[in-house]
Amino acid sequence: MFEKITRFELHYQSDGKMKKSIAIAGNSGLKVRSDCEIMLELKSGEGIIIDLTSKVKALYGESIKRLIAEILDFFSVKDAFIRINDSGALPFVIAARMESAIKQLINTDLEFLPEFLNENLYTTTKERFRFSRLYLPGNTPGLMINAGLHSADGIILDLEDSVAPEKKDEARILVRNALRQIDFHGAERMVRINQGDRGLEDLHFLIPHNVNLVLIPKCEGADYIKKAEEVINSINKKFNLKNQVFLMPIIESALGIENSWEIAHASESVVALAIGLEDYTADLGVTRTIEGNESFYARTRLIVAAKAAGIQPIDSVFSDVADMDALLQNVLISKSLGFEGMGCIHPRQIAVIKKGFTPDQTEIEKSKKIVQAFESAKIQGLGVVALGSKMIDPPVVARAQKIIDLAVRLNLISGDWINEITSVEK
Amino acid sequence: MPIKTVINAAGRSVPLEINGQPAIPFKGVGKHKPGGRKYSPPIPACSDYPDDGNKVVGSLEEALRKCGLSDGMTISTHHHLRDGDLISNKVFEIASSLGVKDLIWFPSASFPCNDPVIKYLDDGTINRIEGSMNGPLGRYVSEGKMKGTAVLRSHGGRVQAIQDGEVRIDIAVLAAPTADCFGNAKGTGGQSACGVIGYAKADYLYATRVIVVTDNLVDFPCFPMEIEGNYVDYVVVVDRIGIPEKIISGTTQVTKSPDRLLIAELTASFLVKSGILKDGATIQAGAGGTSLAIAVFVHQILKEKGWKSKFGFGGSTKYMVKMLEEGQMGFILDAQVFDLDSVKSIENNPNHVPYPVFNAYNYHSKGNLTSMMDIMILGATEVDLNFNGNVVTHSDGYLLHGIGGWQNCLHARNVILPIPLFRDRIPVIVDEVTTLCGPGELIDVIITERGIAVNPLRKDLIESVKGSGLPLKTIKELKDEAEKICGVPQKPKFEEDIVAAVKWVDGTVIDVVRKLKTM
Repeated sequence: MFEKITRFELHYQSDGKMKKSIAIAGNSGLKVRSDCEIMLELKSGEGIIIDLTSKVKALYGESIKRLIAEILDFFSVKDAFIRINDSGALPFVIAARMESAIKQLINTDLEFLPEFLNENLYTTTKERFRFSRLYLPGNTPGLMINAGLHSADGIILDLEDSVAPEKKDEARILVRNALRQIDFHGAERMVRINQGDRGLEDLHFLIPHNVNLVLIPKCEGADYIKKAEEVINSINKKFNLKNQVFLMPIIESALGIENSWEIAHASESVVALAIGLEDYTADLGVTRTIEGNESFYARTRLIVAAKAAGIQPIDSVFSDVADMDALLQNVLISKSLGFEGMGCIHPRQIAVIKKGFTPDQTEIEKSKKIVQAFESAKIQGLGVVALGSKMIDPPVVARAQKIIDLAVRLNLISGDWINEITSVEK
Repeated sequence: MPIKTVINAAGRSVPLEINGQPAIPFKGVGKHKPGGRKYSPPIPACSDYPDDGNKVVGSLEEALRKCGLSDGMTISTHHHLRDGDLISNKVFEIASSLGVKDLIWFPSASFPCNDPVIKYLDDGTINRIEGSMNGPLGRYVSEGKMKGTAVLRSHGGRVQAIQDGEVRIDIAVLAAPTADCFGNAKGTGGQSACGVIGYAKADYLYATRVIVVTDNLVDFPCFPMEIEGNYVDYVVVVDRIGIPEKIISGTTQVTKSPDRLLIAELTASFLVKSGILKDGATIQAGAGGTSLAIAVFVHQILKEKGWKSKFGFGGSTKYMVKMLEEGQMGFILDAQVFDLDSVKSIENNPNHVPYPVFNAYNYHSKGNLTSMMDIMILGATEVDLNFNGNVVTHSDGYLLHGIGGWQNCLHARNVILPIPLFRDRIPVIVDEVTTLCGPGELIDVIITERGIAVNPLRKDLIESVKGSGLPLKTIKELKDEAEKICGVPQKPKFEEDIVAAVKWVDGTVIDVVRKLKTM
């Protein structure tokens, strides 16, 4: 609604460069919730004038104006006209929008940081489960607020494809504030950065705010991983940070697939390889199908590279959010190929994906019998393991042991299950 | 002269007089016993009515004139045609053109389609509305623009007020999807079918004059008769009484919001783990998106466990009808019907039975259906630390909803409010409700996406979910969590003027709504 004004308010500085005096940040509109649009116009000698339209004005009008005044003061803005169109934005969102508007007009390294929630001060481990990771568009605060409640293994605040090019700068600030203010309820705190140099710049807005894992999109080689790691290390050094930041490259092109092994072991920080099939099929010039024959080679190639490097292979998102049955089928195929997780684009997909990657009761019982037969053969000093009339090869035992280990880690069975069974039998 | 106020049993300051009539302050749940005898309408003589039974007159205006429409009368209408109602506004349009003043409109509920009555409030045709108000009407009243004081009652409270003579209806104008010339009428059939017209029962039994308006006149007898022609003065035939697609939604929809679905899942889980949901349990939910999701989850559980609910109380929806048809529910008793599947069901399924609020919610009844319900799913705009509930105003002080059957339903065995912890930025749990509509002692469980609070009075429920793994919190913890996220809201500012009185189910005044100080 403010665009018309901007077009006319651009004027020239003495050096001939155009200087903006009006900035707009954020979103407004009928369907927009929990966000606000802020127009900032720098003035001279008129003090601060705030024009607030808000659906929560009766309840938060005064506190919104106080917050705006505090931020302007922080950035030493003394004279300005601010028009806010608010649809119930939380304070960290309002602060991000205000800071973005200011930074469009004023060059400053200052950051107006909301309080960092103690609940978010956790680290994650390399081998933790990454069955489900929920993607959230990085410039849509309404979707972020309750994201932690849906029990995803990871939450991805996305700065890349889900953010419009002209909104990239403000999304960074919003994501930074979200990392500080939204309770992730134990989900791994992830951000997908942009490609190229912009992605490396993004890191400055993330690393100091306890991001657990950074997703690197359209990764095609080890170089970028190393560059990203350098930037992360320098930021860590600067702020004296100790927390490990993991990396998950997303491979989305033919070249990336060819280089998947190089990428998989480019750094100790790389804990998983993800595949992005929309871009991959586009790169090949083929259509993405439900059966996925066109990407079969890429998927298995990536799985092998990841397994060889001892990290997790992660499958692409399933885009039909209404069809949970098809999603489950997709997950089961994915699991059967060797994937250990999948992206989600809707919270309702989380439980289905988790269910798909979790070993079911029949699988667990069968594996128990195999491992048990192996153990008792060992005790009896038998070289050959038999279950009923069937001989069991060592790889079969190893596979059964992997399922058992997974079931134990998921608390589906006790770590001491073998003795518990024996004692019941006694 | 300022009206004298006292502090009632709920600690609220209420007036002793409303619209010139004495008012009784709330005394506590179940404490008020009115005594005396029920109000009765004047005795008619059948010799005044046509021997051939044909009571059809030329127009609504003619019928209103014949009923003696005059200044200060109380006119009742009902809300079964919901947002598609074309009759209520028409009554006041006629009254205005006849120069009639100071009417009292006594609807069973109003909808956005009734916003045009604002002009009849402005021109003095209507003095006040005694019934629910939302949207622009609510704003109009909140800003102190209505001449008289609004009186908000529950569906059951409306019947109570009619029966004990607190409200004396001069003319009931009852829109009926099907009727005969004698005045027998029903909610099914015709182009404006709404299913049932149970809310009209007290109106036609107790009003001095009764007009039935229909767009589907059938030969005598119109059967089964929900309105009995023996109580009807005149029948009016019009082209249409309502806009069909606004009367019944083609389909009611389960929420798609992941957060609301999470609340519904938690609710279903609570019902099972607490043991409230069991074989035979009786159920009432609403037609909101979250309630529908709960109905779907409950249905799945009943199926899996091989259980059957003895009966459910409507408003019915296709999800409830599905339970009935697939054998997980014995009967649906119904006061209103929300979608097309339910209309079909009530027409065809003998176990889907019309059941007016007259018999389900009424304080002057010898027992009620609501206290027989095991599971009651309700909403609220606000709940406070004492579990008190508000359904009529928002936290900004504006009147925005009617009470509906909410107060009456609080008498169920287990009252459960699945509500989001905050809407946009507005916390739902507050220190003290803006307007008290239901005392906390009747509200048992609050279920939010961020945790479940059980009323400390329900020690049995608290015990039943110990160690269940459910996210149990105190209501204070929930409130603090919301305020940590949203900030502490400032309070709306009110003037002294009372714009609406909120009645409890027994006719006593539980709270008032004051005029908003506009900035």
